[in-house]
Amino acid sequence: MGTLWFCLVALMLTAYVVLDGFDLGAGVVHLFITQNEDERRIVFRTIGPVWDGNEVWLIAAGGTLYFAFPVLYASSFSGFYLPLMMVLWLLILRGISIEFRRHISTPMWASFWDGVFFLSSLLLTVFYGAALGNVVRGVPLDAEGRFFEALWTNFRPAGTTGILDWYTILAGIAALLALTVHGALWVALKTEDGLRERAQRFAKKLWIPLALFTVLVTWASFSLQRHLSASFAARPWGRIFPTIAIAGLLGMILLLKNDVKSFFASCTYLVGMLASVAFGLYPDVLPSSADSALSLTVENAKAADRGLKVGLAWWIVGIILATIYFVMVYRRFRGKVEASLREEDY
Amino acid sequence: MPSALVVDRLHFAFTVTFHYIFPQITMGLALLILILKTMALRTGKETYDRAARFWAKIFGINFAVGVVTGIPMEFQFGTNWSEFSKAAGGVIGQTLAMEGVFSFFLESSFLGLFLFGEKRLGRVGHWFSALMIFLGSWLSGYFIVATDAWMQHPVAYSLASNGMYGLRSFWGLLLNPWTLWQYPHTMLGAVQTGCFVMAAIGAFYVLSKRHEEYGRMFVALGVVVGVFASILQLYPTGDGQGAMIARHQPVTLAAMEGLFHSEYGAPLAILGQPDVANQRLDNPLVIPRGLSFLTYRAWTAEVKGLDQFPRDTWPDQIELVYFSYHVMVGLGTIFIAIFVIAAFLLWRGTLFRTRVMLWVIMLALPFPFIANTAGWITAEVGRQPWLIYGLLRTSAGGSPLVSAGNAWFTLIGFMGLYTVLGILYLFLVYREIERGPEAEIAPSRAGS
Repeated sequence: MGTLWFCLVALMLTAYVVLDGFDLGAGVVHLFITQNEDERRIVFRTIGPVWDGNEVWLIAAGGTLYFAFPVLYASSFSGFYLPLMMVLWLLILRGISIEFRRHISTPMWASFWDGVFFLSSLLLTVFYGAALGNVVRGVPLDAEGRFFEALWTNFRPAGTTGILDWYTILAGIAALLALTVHGALWVALKTEDGLRERAQRFAKKLWIPLALFTVLVTWASFSLQRHLSASFAARPWGRIFPTIAIAGLLGMILLLKNDVKSFFASCTYLVGMLASVAFGLYPDVLPSSADSALSLTVENAKAADRGLKVGLAWWIVGIILATIYFVMVYRRFRGKVEASLREEDY
Repeated sequence: MPSALVVDRLHFAFTVTFHYIFPQITMGLALLILILKTMALRTGKETYDRAARFWAKIFGINFAVGVVTGIPMEFQFGTNWSEFSKAAGGVIGQTLAMEGVFSFFLESSFLGLFLFGEKRLGRVGHWFSALMIFLGSWLSGYFIVATDAWMQHPVAYSLASNGMYGLRSFWGLLLNPWTLWQYPHTMLGAVQTGCFVMAAIGAFYVLSKRHEEYGRMFVALGVVVGVFASILQLYPTGDGQGAMIARHQPVTLAAMEGLFHSEYGAPLAILGQPDVANQRLDNPLVIPRGLSFLTYRAWTAEVKGLDQFPRDTWPDQIELVYFSYHVMVGLGTIFIAIFVIAAFLLWRGTLFRTRVMLWVIMLALPFPFIANTAGWITAEVGRQPWLIYGLLRTSAGGSPLVSAGNAWFTLIGFMGLYTVLGILYLFLVYREIERGPEAEIAPSRAGS
């Protein structure tokens, strides 16, 4: 039961990163690839009807994590108190910048929200990467399964670590690059002409840094967290996940001229990377940096089995429904945005 | 760590109070917009569609602020109340996750379609998305009330040896008898907020002689729905909720009523200030034997006062519980009066000439928010000193390693951010009211 829910929560978080990832990426790139207000509004239109639904994956994953692994929820949310609160503030700013911007069409109002949208999206990608870095490296859990970490200490890789240090910032930059490319490919997929070409060029420019940081962060992760190599050695079939990530990474650049294929290559890359992390950590859900016996695992962090069984029944129904809504919404708003510009009141 | 606990409580109280301003509008408006869309579909009149578009804009602003201020609520269970989350996550995590999976996906998907897809969806499709938004938002309310109801009246759980509560019965949790009263009572409160918002803006239009056709439509719809909602709020839902409290939280009832000593034929306090130190009600204005009758339907029944219960089970803020309860009931009574008189004048056809009544409706706008908030304060502060009633004390539910300093830091951060958010919100809603519904031409003819 614990293993099953581990997979399901990982699946929901992956869905969140892939879906809201392009909203965040669009937020990072939109200032660089647009030349005028019309183009910026087109970028906002590409995510306008879908961003909120995408963000629901985070809320639903959070709720699922809460009931399936209450010990993990309690430990990690209180331990990562400050960065999590900042993520909440950034999510607030990101959300209202999308929603409030379109109500007034004066240049100053638009510029202000463009700035807020850019900064909050950028910082969110960095924070998400850093958060994942912290989970991979592990935290100083005590015997009660609790910890509390300062935002930063001395930026050294080991010893008394903080939330932010060279490794987690490395992971943050990797996430920033990955989601920025993802967002640029999304904008290219949904737009035409100059905007599309500029988005593709932007993705191409960032591809080499992305590949470089992928290698760097992978190397750093394997050297800091022994558990990763142990997992891949013990269950060699799991090497399929990094292979998928590499295929996605190569696909992005090789298929760049094809909007649909390059965007899905980027999705593949994100899925492969996140699945590799989940596979590498399993059965830990939050490793201890001090003593591996104190790590939270799928077994000692889960809720009682009866509740997990009950949860499975409604979860399956709910996710099928959610998938239907998503297919419906994305079909309704499929195609390039510009074509529908004049008919929609937005 | 008593001081961290106080900050954690303030943190949750502040963020949830601010948050709930918005869902009560959206849940109320969702019903009213659905009625407008239904009228549009049945009569084919463009005015109803325009009215729906106008309210959808206001709904959209409220929804956005409701969403962004709602996420911190779910996360705070983990950040500031980790011991509580560890103990209760296996139960209330279920309802919170169900809210995400069943209502938020539904609501967000159809809101995107409703706001941006009117032309693509066609008339029936657009009406259907209004229906789905209504269902999604009301379902979300259900899961949240079910979560709170479990903390008020825990049922269907099992306790493991490690101190963690597990779910014993899925339907037991969802059909908690407490939920079955609290949910309609909460939703009727939200409907009244929606009705007052709609009627007040309508009254503003009529009084200022702008968009008068729409103004009259808004007043009429708000008043007609409001008259039912306000009466049902009192009876049976308010009465039923009170009976649940009398049965399962008698000490809370005593605090709400300011009843310090047990009495046969207990009086119902209308006004008065509780003096907890001296255990009496100052300047009381009471209905003799009223409380006994309301609680037990018998004029001479005994109602237990606070003196019947150990001090460490008294709510720790008796004055706050007493006043928030009285403010809620007092305002609820005034709302019934306003809606009934307005509905009578509407029926007689004189409402739109009775300027005094329109002024009253317009100026009543802030009060449903106060009544809803006061109701929640009664429920949540009345539940103290328990986080899960009878099972887990609030003092045992916090996050042991989160210091008061960290909690203050983020509380101040939220205060600053929400102040800015509140100002922007008022500014944007004011602009939409200024623009008015007549600007809402059909999207097929709209420019970019």
